[in-house]
Amino acid sequence: MRLAQLAAYAALLAACAVAPAFVPEYQTQLTELFLFVVFALTWDLVGGQMGYNSFGNVLFFGIGMYACAVTQVGLVYDVGAYNAARGGGATVFLFDADQYLQGLMLGLPAGALLAALVALLFGALVLGMRGQYFAVCTLGLGFAAGEIANGWEWLGAGSGMVPPGAPDDFVDLGRLYYYLALGLAAVTFAFLGWLYTTRFALAINAIRDDEDKAEAMGHLTTRIKVIAWTIAAFFLGIAGGIYGNLKRFIDPIDVAFPSATIGVWMILMAILGGKGTLAGPLIGAIIFQITKELFWTYLLGWQRVALGLLIVLIVVFFPQGIVGWVRARPRGATAQ
Amino acid sequence: MALLEATGVWKSFGGVVANRDISLCVGEGTIVGLIGPNGSGKTTLFNSVVGTHPIDNGSVLFDGREITRLGVRQIARLGLLRTFQQTRIYGRMSCIQNMLISNSERGRGVLGLFAGQRSAGIAERAGELLEFVGLYPKRDELAGDLSFGQQKLLEFAMAMMNRPRMLMLDEPTAGINPTLINGLIDRLKRANADFGVTLLVIEHNMRVIMNLADRIYCLAHGELLAEGTPEQIQNNPLVVDAYLGAH
Repeated sequence: MRLAQLAAYAALLAACAVAPAFVPEYQTQLTELFLFVVFALTWDLVGGQMGYNSFGNVLFFGIGMYACAVTQVGLVYDVGAYNAARGGGATVFLFDADQYLQGLMLGLPAGALLAALVALLFGALVLGMRGQYFAVCTLGLGFAAGEIANGWEWLGAGSGMVPPGAPDDFVDLGRLYYYLALGLAAVTFAFLGWLYTTRFALAINAIRDDEDKAEAMGHLTTRIKVIAWTIAAFFLGIAGGIYGNLKRFIDPIDVAFPSATIGVWMILMAILGGKGTLAGPLIGAIIFQITKELFWTYLLGWQRVALGLLIVLIVVFFPQGIVGWVRARPRGATAQ
Repeated sequence: MALLEATGVWKSFGGVVANRDISLCVGEGTIVGLIGPNGSGKTTLFNSVVGTHPIDNGSVLFDGREITRLGVRQIARLGLLRTFQQTRIYGRMSCIQNMLISNSERGRGVLGLFAGQRSAGIAERAGELLEFVGLYPKRDELAGDLSFGQQKLLEFAMAMMNRPRMLMLDEPTAGINPTLINGLIDRLKRANADFGVTLLVIEHNMRVIMNLADRIYCLAHGELLAEGTPEQIQNNPLVVDAYLGAH
């Protein structure tokens, strides 16, 4: 069973690795899907496995996005001047192949580390709250970060920021980000797969089931919670860096800190697939991305209504998610 | 010698004094009972001792060490553990998982958690203790699906898994099938005799506590009413009045 699962995941990874050669027209959607997988997996670490429903994980996504872009630009030019030019002006900001590659290789880890650092600093404070208080507080974090970025002139404020462009003879950027996103999703999945075999997983499950009990048994609950959130932030930071470069334009509210779209979607994907499982968020992300693309293609104009309806259906009919539903079925009587 | 020594503990909630100048002493290796009518402050005293809430006045020593200002987690890590009156287990985890995560983390940091779930003999010990409370056949069932009495047994086994030096049990037999109570008393005695765990037990069932305890403290209206051996407590008119009402 264990080996069969491993083989299935390896086959899926291999299929994704060769997919651009066969279905190049879906490359962009698949790149987005890989990032969605990271969103759902990292959300589930805190929201599913640990039971802390965070509405503010986009905070780390946006921080990673800005930090990556700022590093990419800052290695070569003055960030303030670059953003003030808004792509026009007298100065032309060009990046050669080495500069572009260096920027990216330093920018992605920089975004991850800054996001992790913020999670570490805010964690003890925010994770001291429980239940709906925690949820509302995290919702505020995402919105507040968006407003800060919106007013911060150095980062381009409301006009946003454009990540550096690559030189003309550079490699196919779409392909590059496809593999970066795939690699990130695979590493995140493997890391969490390992993490869920450790005592740490039992500890966060225990916090989910009864935090007071876990404390009474001597677990250092605050530290454990902060570590879980920091791990989520780390991977989300990298995802943000990739996403910003993929979109080629960082808008503070719609792209970097999109509480109303990606911020909610990541929760939805985890719930759809099955909270508190490893495979659930993966399955949820895949189904969500397919349905979302279908809605945007065939129901244009009504796509958000359809998506809203889907959310209601998921919450009403699949509260345990697809994985939870499949697991509960054979047990019949105990399903409820 | 005294393992737990509380001196002059005061705790009030607004105008209600739940613990008024209570002192008690639990000798190492003994079983001590704590009785008293409903609302007499027994559970509050438990909470005061293990650091659930700060106390207004007084001091608590555990193994000669001042723990009055320590939090729940630190006190638990010293080996002073409590169970809850409303049984608390991890409902959506299996029994064996409940046991595995209850293994003592004493003296270890959080980084120690990044180890395999069944490392270093933990699984064997978890299995043995489940066997000890008679729940081994249910090891893979969700703890939340167990009956109330079984959950109490599981909670007791989890506490033993933690290798406590002292265990404070809040009504271990409440809600348990009367035919199982004898088995539970036997297990508590074995925990004390075989595993060397000092016990402080809140109990309403007089037959149980008289059978179990070496020494008993009785609370009423937040004050210490009497202390002594089970015989002395049984024959103390103050205690009888507190339970049955004086005329």
